[in-house]
Amino acid sequence: MVERELKFFEALNEAVDQCMARDPSVYIMGLGVPDPKGIFGSTVGLQQKYGTTRVMDMPCSENGMTGVAIGSALVGMRPVMTHQRVDFALLAMEQIVNQAAKWHYMFGGKLSVPMVIRMIVGRGWGQGPHHSQSLQTWFAHIPGLKVVMPSLAYDAKGLLIAGIEDNNPVIFIEHRWLYNISDRVPEEYYSVPLGKARMMREGTDVTMVGVSYMSLEALRAAERMEKEGISAEVIDLRSIRPWDEEMVLESVKKTGRLVVADNSWKSFGVAAEIVSTVTEKAFSALKAAPERVALPDCPSPTSPALNEHFYQRAGHIHLAAKRALGLDPVTDLLAVAAGQRLDVPDASFKGPF
Amino acid sequence: MKTDNYRRETVTPEVLRRMYHEMLRIRMIEEKIADLYPEQEMRCPVHLSIGQEAVAVGVCAALTADDYVLSSHRSHAHYLAKGGNLNAMMAEIYGKTTGCCSGKGGSMHLIDLSVGFLGATPIVGSTIPMSVGTALASSMRGEPRVSVAFMGDGAAEEGVFHESLSFALLKNLPVIFVCENNLYSVYSPLCVRQPACREITDLAKGHGVESFQCDGNDVVQVFEMASKAAAKARAGGGPTFLEFKTYRWREHCGPDYDNDLGYRCESEFLDWKKRDPIETLKRMHGDGLFDRDTEAVIHDLSAEIEEAVAFAKKSPFPEEPMMLQDVYV
Repeated sequence: MVERELKFFEALNEAVDQCMARDPSVYIMGLGVPDPKGIFGSTVGLQQKYGTTRVMDMPCSENGMTGVAIGSALVGMRPVMTHQRVDFALLAMEQIVNQAAKWHYMFGGKLSVPMVIRMIVGRGWGQGPHHSQSLQTWFAHIPGLKVVMPSLAYDAKGLLIAGIEDNNPVIFIEHRWLYNISDRVPEEYYSVPLGKARMMREGTDVTMVGVSYMSLEALRAAERMEKEGISAEVIDLRSIRPWDEEMVLESVKKTGRLVVADNSWKSFGVAAEIVSTVTEKAFSALKAAPERVALPDCPSPTSPALNEHFYQRAGHIHLAAKRALGLDPVTDLLAVAAGQRLDVPDASFKGPF
Repeated sequence: MKTDNYRRETVTPEVLRRMYHEMLRIRMIEEKIADLYPEQEMRCPVHLSIGQEAVAVGVCAALTADDYVLSSHRSHAHYLAKGGNLNAMMAEIYGKTTGCCSGKGGSMHLIDLSVGFLGATPIVGSTIPMSVGTALASSMRGEPRVSVAFMGDGAAEEGVFHESLSFALLKNLPVIFVCENNLYSVYSPLCVRQPACREITDLAKGHGVESFQCDGNDVVQVFEMASKAAAKARAGGGPTFLEFKTYRWREHCGPDYDNDLGYRCESEFLDWKKRDPIETLKRMHGDGLFDRDTEAVIHDLSAEIEEAVAFAKKSPFPEEPMMLQDVYV
C-alpha cells in the first residue's frame, strides 16, 4: 500500500482542520488567514468549512489580538494564532511573555492559557532583516512557554495537533523552506509528543543535532560524510522547550562528538543551550570540543550575493563534523555548484514571498 | 446604538444601602492594610484604592457573578466589589499558601474565579485586550455575559488600548471599558502625558465606541451608567466606554500620604477629600438611609477584617517545592 504523502503546509492545514472538527472551542485567527493565499496554503479552505467566526481574519493589531486570544483562552476557547513571519510577532512580545507564559503560575495554577501561536521563518528571495528572523531562543528562554519546530510534514501535523491539545501556550515555529517538502502523513488524527526528538539517522562517529530546516541540511551532510566513511547520527530536535536531553545525551555518550546546527544566530542560541547541557552532563564522554553551526552575528543581509556567506548549509555542518573528528577538510565543502541559486528553496520558487 | 433604549436599573434604597456598605467595607479594609503595612509583613507593593471606592462599587453593582472582570495593579477595590474573598486577598498580600494565588502573585495579581474576577496584572493596559477576549468567547458561545476591563488614565496612552477598542467595536462585543481617571500616573500629571484639548472619552468616541463620563465619586451615577452599558451589552448592543473622574488619597504605591513631595498639592487633595464617595452618597441620599445600625455595621466589618488579618498571619508560607509548581499545566 502506498502511503499517502502530504506537503508540510498541507499537513499543517489538516492538523487544524481535524482539531476544529473535533473541538468547537478551537478557532484560528491571523492576518490573512482566510485570504486567497491562505498563509502559504496552510489555512486554505478552512473558512469555507468552519465559517467566519472560527476562522478569523484580524486587524494589524498583533499585540492587542494576542491579548484577545489569551482572554478567550482563559475562559475555555483554544485559539490558534498565525503570523506570516516571526518578525511580526515581536509586536506581541508583551502579551506573550508577561501574560500568556505566566498566567498559570502567577495565579497559583487557577487558570491556563491553552493557545498556539504559529509563526513562519522567512528565508530567501531577499527576505532581509525584518522577514527572516527565527527567535526560538527568545521564546525558549521564558518559563511557561513551550516551543516547537517541526522539520518533517509528519511531525508538522502531529506536533500541531499536540500543541493545540496542550493546555499551555505553545510557540509553533515553521520554516518557509519546509512548506513544499512532502513526507508520509497518515490521514487519521494523531499527535507527536512535545519534548521528544526524532532519530533521523543512526550512526556511530558523531552526533549531529538539527533544528528545523537545519535538520534537513544535517541529513544532506550525513549522506556526503558516508561517502568518506564517516557514520553520522542525525537527531532532529523537533521541540526546543522542552527538548529531548535524554536522546541527545545518549547519542553523545555513544559517539563522543557533537555538532549542533541551528537556523538562528550563534550567540546565546539554542546550540549554546545544548552544548552547555552536554558539557555539564556528559563531559567525560566528549572526545572533542562540541561544534556549533549557526548564523553569523548580523541581521539577514538582503542581497543574494551575501546568501552563501550568511546561511549555513550541509557543507558547513560537514566541515564542523570534520573539525569535531579531528580530520582535515580535503575538498572545498562550501563550494556552490555553477548555476545553483542559494536564495530559493528549490528551482520552482520564482518569488516574491 | 444608543443606550437609552435599554432598561434602566432602578436605584432602590436596598441598592443604595448595599453600595454604601460595600464602599465602607473597602475603605476599612484598605485603611487596615495601610495601618499594618509598617509591620513589614506585607512584603509586596500595594496600590490602595482609598478615595476611589465608588467606581469599583458602582460598576460591580451592575454586574453578576457570571460576568467577567480583569483589572490592573490598583485592583483591591475591584476584587472586593466583585465579591472576591477577603481572607484569600489578605493571605496573598502576606505571601501565604492560602492566598488566592498561593503566594505566587501578591497584591498586584488577584484572582477569584467564583465571582468572575479572572485576574489583575500590573503592566498598564495589558489586561484590556484580554477583556475583549473574554467578551469574544462569550459572543462565540452565545452567552449573555458582560466583560469589564478596569483601567486607569495612563492606559489610554498605550497602543493596546486603541487596538482593543477598535476590535471590540468591529465584532460588536459585550465589553465595558471602565477608565478610572485619577489624574496621575505615579507622579506624572495628565498634562504632561495627554494633550489638554481632548478628554479620554474623545479617544474612545474617535474609535466609534459609545462613551460616557461622569463624576467617579458619585456611586449612583457610576451605577446608572454601568447598568445601562451592561444592559446594552447583554442585548447585543456592543461595547461602551466609561470614564470616571476620581482621585487617590494616598501615594501611588504604599500606605502613606505624599502630598508634600510636590507633584501635587495638599489643597487639591483636600478638595477631593470633600468629595469623598462615601460622604457624597450619604449627603445625596441620606435621610437616615444609612444611619440605621451604623455602629453595629462598623463593628461587624472590623471583626471581619481582624479575622482576615489573623487568618493571613497564621497561614503557612509556601515551601521550596512549590516554587517550581504551576510553571506548566
